[in-house]
Amino acid sequence: MENLLVLPIVIPLVTAGFCLLASRRIRLQRSLSLFGMVALTIATLALFDAVRSEGILVIQAGAWPAPYGITLVADRLSAMMLLLSAIAGLAVTAYAGWSVGERRERFHFYPLLHVLLLGISGSFLTGDLFNLYVCFEVMLMASFVLLCLGGERAQLEGGVKYVILNLISSAIFLTATGLLYGAVGTLNMADLSVRIAQYENREVINSLAMLFLVAFGLKAALFPFAFWLPASYHTPPFAVSAIFAGLLTKVGVYALLRVFTMLFVGDPDFTHTVIGILAAASMVFGALAALSQKDIRRVFAFQIMSTVGFMALGIALGTPLAIAAVVFYLAQDVILKCNLFMLGGVADKLRGSGNLDKLGGFWKTKPFFSILFLISLLTLAGVPPLPGFWPKLALLRSTIETGEGVLVAAVVLAAFLTLFSSIRIWSGGIWRDAPPPDLEPTDLAEREKDARWMMVPAAGLSGLLLAYALAAGPVFDYAEAAADQLLNPQVYVQAVLGEGN
Amino acid sequence: MFAILATLALAAFLAPSLTRWAGRRCGWILALAPGAALAYLVSRLPAVIDGETFDATVSWVPALDVSLDLRLDGLSMVFGLLITAMGVATMIYAAAYIGDDQRLGRLNATLLAFMLAMLGVVLADDVITLFVAWELTGITSYLLIGYDNHKFQARRAALQALLVTGLGGLVLLVGLTMLSWIAGTTQMSAMSAAAGSVQGSPLYGVVLAMVLVGAFTKSAQFPFHFWLPGAMAAPTPVSAFLHSATMVKAGVYLLARMQPVLGGTEAWHTTLGVVGATTMLLGAVMAFPQRDLKKILAYTTVSALGMLTMLIGIGTSAALVAAMAYVVVHALYKGPLFHVAGIIDHETGTRELSSLGGLRRTMPITAAIAAMAALSMAAVPPLLGAYAKQLVHAAEGEATAAAGYIYWTALATGIVTTSVAVMLAVLPFWRAGRETPKQPHEAPISLWLGAGLLATLALLLGPVAGTTFRPLVDAAARVAGASPSELHEETSLGLASTSHAAEPASAGALEGAADQAHADADHGAEHGEHGSGTLLKLVTIATGVLLVWRRDALLAAVAPVGGLARFGPEAVYRLSVIGLKSFSGVLTRFIQNGYLRSYIFVVLLATIVLAGYPLFSDRAPLPPLAVLDIRLYEGLIVMAMLMATLFATGTDSRLAAVVALGLIGIGVAINFMIMGGPDLAMTQLAIETLSVLLFVFILHRLPRFEHFTSLAERRRDLVLSLMVGAFFTSLVWGIATEGGESALSPYFAEHSLSEGKGHNVVNVILVDFRGLDTMGEITVLAVAALGVFGLMRLNLDKEKKNGKVA
Repeated sequence: MENLLVLPIVIPLVTAGFCLLASRRIRLQRSLSLFGMVALTIATLALFDAVRSEGILVIQAGAWPAPYGITLVADRLSAMMLLLSAIAGLAVTAYAGWSVGERRERFHFYPLLHVLLLGISGSFLTGDLFNLYVCFEVMLMASFVLLCLGGERAQLEGGVKYVILNLISSAIFLTATGLLYGAVGTLNMADLSVRIAQYENREVINSLAMLFLVAFGLKAALFPFAFWLPASYHTPPFAVSAIFAGLLTKVGVYALLRVFTMLFVGDPDFTHTVIGILAAASMVFGALAALSQKDIRRVFAFQIMSTVGFMALGIALGTPLAIAAVVFYLAQDVILKCNLFMLGGVADKLRGSGNLDKLGGFWKTKPFFSILFLISLLTLAGVPPLPGFWPKLALLRSTIETGEGVLVAAVVLAAFLTLFSSIRIWSGGIWRDAPPPDLEPTDLAEREKDARWMMVPAAGLSGLLLAYALAAGPVFDYAEAAADQLLNPQVYVQAVLGEGN
Repeated sequence: MFAILATLALAAFLAPSLTRWAGRRCGWILALAPGAALAYLVSRLPAVIDGETFDATVSWVPALDVSLDLRLDGLSMVFGLLITAMGVATMIYAAAYIGDDQRLGRLNATLLAFMLAMLGVVLADDVITLFVAWELTGITSYLLIGYDNHKFQARRAALQALLVTGLGGLVLLVGLTMLSWIAGTTQMSAMSAAAGSVQGSPLYGVVLAMVLVGAFTKSAQFPFHFWLPGAMAAPTPVSAFLHSATMVKAGVYLLARMQPVLGGTEAWHTTLGVVGATTMLLGAVMAFPQRDLKKILAYTTVSALGMLTMLIGIGTSAALVAAMAYVVVHALYKGPLFHVAGIIDHETGTRELSSLGGLRRTMPITAAIAAMAALSMAAVPPLLGAYAKQLVHAAEGEATAAAGYIYWTALATGIVTTSVAVMLAVLPFWRAGRETPKQPHEAPISLWLGAGLLATLALLLGPVAGTTFRPLVDAAARVAGASPSELHEETSLGLASTSHAAEPASAGALEGAADQAHADADHGAEHGEHGSGTLLKLVTIATGVLLVWRRDALLAAVAPVGGLARFGPEAVYRLSVIGLKSFSGVLTRFIQNGYLRSYIFVVLLATIVLAGYPLFSDRAPLPPLAVLDIRLYEGLIVMAMLMATLFATGTDSRLAAVVALGLIGIGVAINFMIMGGPDLAMTQLAIETLSVLLFVFILHRLPRFEHFTSLAERRRDLVLSLMVGAFFTSLVWGIATEGGESALSPYFAEHSLSEGKGHNVVNVILVDFRGLDTMGEITVLAVAALGVFGLMRLNLDKEKKNGKVA
């Protein structure tokens, strides 16, 4: 069973290699890529099932015992994130062939996509802080090249902001890792969890915790580190935005969740209060800023910031219910954000623009597409019983139980603003009648055909969202069990370091 | 119970294809779904009247203590009957009213989904289940108001309704969550047992305020009432169903449901009494000057909702009975009146009151229905409206809080309501004929059947209300907190009065009934001295008619007051929405301003503030300086790197800056070499080279380098950079001095040769102990290479310009 842990790294790596070899044959690349994603989905599903039935799975890379080598670990959170990444990757691969264009496909779109998945899977699997950094670098480089692929001017402008701000995050992450190693002498996260608790200088640990907060907060797009996201997500092809929106910020949230439940838990009055303040600011600012955006992807970009705020709030509260809410949030948000961008791409395809002023007229002519979009928008708005509602409810309840009136008000305000901006997209982008697009009739017919195929993965993800709504009970049970593992790290520590620790 | 919800869900799901298949007859088929639900409720009616309840439960999200608890009791029965009966009428009417429209299937589906949600609201026992259904009614209402989605007006009205009720809903959710937390249960049926602890809690005021905001927004109470007239942008069947008979009563339902838990306090009586009475009067007064039939109806609905809120606020047994009776009566007259307005619109092409007249000749059936409904509205015996109005008058006398205010607003409302009833039922039909856009003729049966049945029901039930109607109303009032013993007493009085009314409608019998009703009022209150009941009633009706007769003159006289609307709640709403959007724009442009340097500034500043705070807040002393053991060549390399850094920040040439940065990288590589890691150094060199290349490819596509910053900004940036540098230096210094020993190094040193088969420990670490890291870094390099290749060869901007399509 433990060998399953290797597959989410090996499969994307091998697929990327094969795609690279087939670089001149686009159709072959598409098939290989799809095949690789299906294999990854099956492998992560098996892993998910194994972790659910057998508990935390551990493998030591090169058989060097922990904490000396690199440990790969999958607990319930990791297993879930791996599965979700594979599903998002599969959907985007199926979508990409109809939307990114052959020129980009020829210039290694698929290998880059799989390397991105490699970095993401690695981040979820690794039990080593420095290896997490390496995985982040793999992700960063792959995502940067994907972002700029095509060389359009807007892409490069966005790409520069993206890469420079993310490199600052990397630098801070690396520095903090080095300093932490200097202080406690280990890099294995389970070992760190034990040693940090024993380390006496609380101020130094708090300071390092803040460095990790900045590094991961920037990746997660937490206020005020989120500038790179609205600056870049609207520039690449929609397929690229979709995979980014589904997964990149979630890796940051995952890292925050990991370190602030396992490593930096000694002084929550300081660390978790700071997270709470940043979370509230993200929630409200993101949702507010989304209101005044015209480009559909900029609206979604700011809403990502807001959603990340909600998740960070759960981390800050740190109660079992709040952490379970974060896990549930992650579970649906990967699918949701990926789907929103894919649907936005369909709209853009049909109208030749993603600007809300130019969209519209879909309700009359494209009812099926409109309903798909409605499902996702209402999920985003947290309308019950769609899956966006349950984690918000759990967070609201946790916040009320802390008695912090300001945070309760922030949650309500952010939820209201999100409802407003989601409905704005519906009303202006779908309902409203729009003048016919400024496109050649032959071009339009071609686009209609592409759009139909692009809707297939979007319909699949929408179906998944509805399935979450029906299965909210079991999903929340899973989230609760995942939260239980996070809040009791001794089980994780024992699994990694062996008995006796 | 789940079976009826499932039936509706299935019907909603199948509605689009069924509509396509059955065409214009789809209404009759789809009406079977609410019909089945209605039949189920009727079958349980006797048992519920006897005080039985039916429960059903399915676990939903156990981790959040949420379960699908349904409970059918007297209160849910009254509302459930309304929803399903009106639902049947609506489905038949809607298909005929809309006619051939490709969106009819979606309209039918949404209407059925709404019915499902609305039944969920009244059947739910779990607060979260209630909230889920509550929000679903709001969303379906949004979609229905915006049915004419191509019209800006409709979309704006839909948004307005959604935002007002949506914000109310969120506040309600907080209130309900707090309430279930305090009461220790999420089941509303179990909460009344905890009423004492809830009302004694310091949070009672907050909880009450939040629940009331939720109920008031949904039920269009002042100052949130304005969304309801706006919602008249919906097609008439929707207005009749959602915005008159059912959804807007959800707030009233919630108040009745919460009365045993939250009611009975001074705050409850006063808030509900004053808000309800104000809404009641305001709605009636604003209905009077309207020109559009539907707007008139909308404002009278607001007025009726106000009355219901006020009655629940009074909270005595008699008041609760009156409220429940009026809920039904209102639906029975307002539903038909809406349908009539729709018929007039459909057949004549206009809803303008001023262009309508003489329709009794061409539309006799519609005229008869309108007359029956309006008589019930004006509380003329023997219609059911008269019976309910008696109960209301009696209850108004029992008010303890704001009693005088309630008395006078009720009196004024009575007068205006009479006028409005006359305007609706008399003017379009009985005055001289006028030109209408379409030649009017009688509507088909599918348009008038539902309205006719409802209006006839009000007529038939009126005389026998005490025996047939009252027991159900009592059952509902008991759930809302009316005490059974008082009810018993009340019922005998009610029976006495209606037994008079049941006799042939002689003047004497009517007077007797009115006197009896007023005796009720005298019985429990201080307002007995205000005139005799009959006289008052006559005066009310006479004044009402007089107002209609002199309507034009009156409206001209008060026209200047209309300007006040500019300061009303709707104006506040509009300004808030506009303000919110522009605030969003300004704030976003300020924060997300597009300048990378400002982003970097914020990120770095936040970093040193957050990470510096724990170190310097307690004035933790910097650990003592470690003895510096630096060799000369090390110093030289560091100096070179420092100079390169300074040069990079100072130069105007991007290329030069990149080269300088490369130099820093090479310095690091040399350091690695010195410290015994040649492999590491080589890797570092390769990465540096590639990074420089990558940078260059991007840079040469960027605009020319220019100085955008002022000197002051550059000084500010310099200060920040120095602070960041100083912070990290001191942090590294401190940890290097007092940090612990590495737990890993001894192991590496020991096992490197024996198990890793290598003399150079660094190399073994790289390729074996931590081989996975190295594999990752190789991947990074490969990707960077792909990136350089792609950027070099692919420029879609240029290709587009040259006519190649990507």
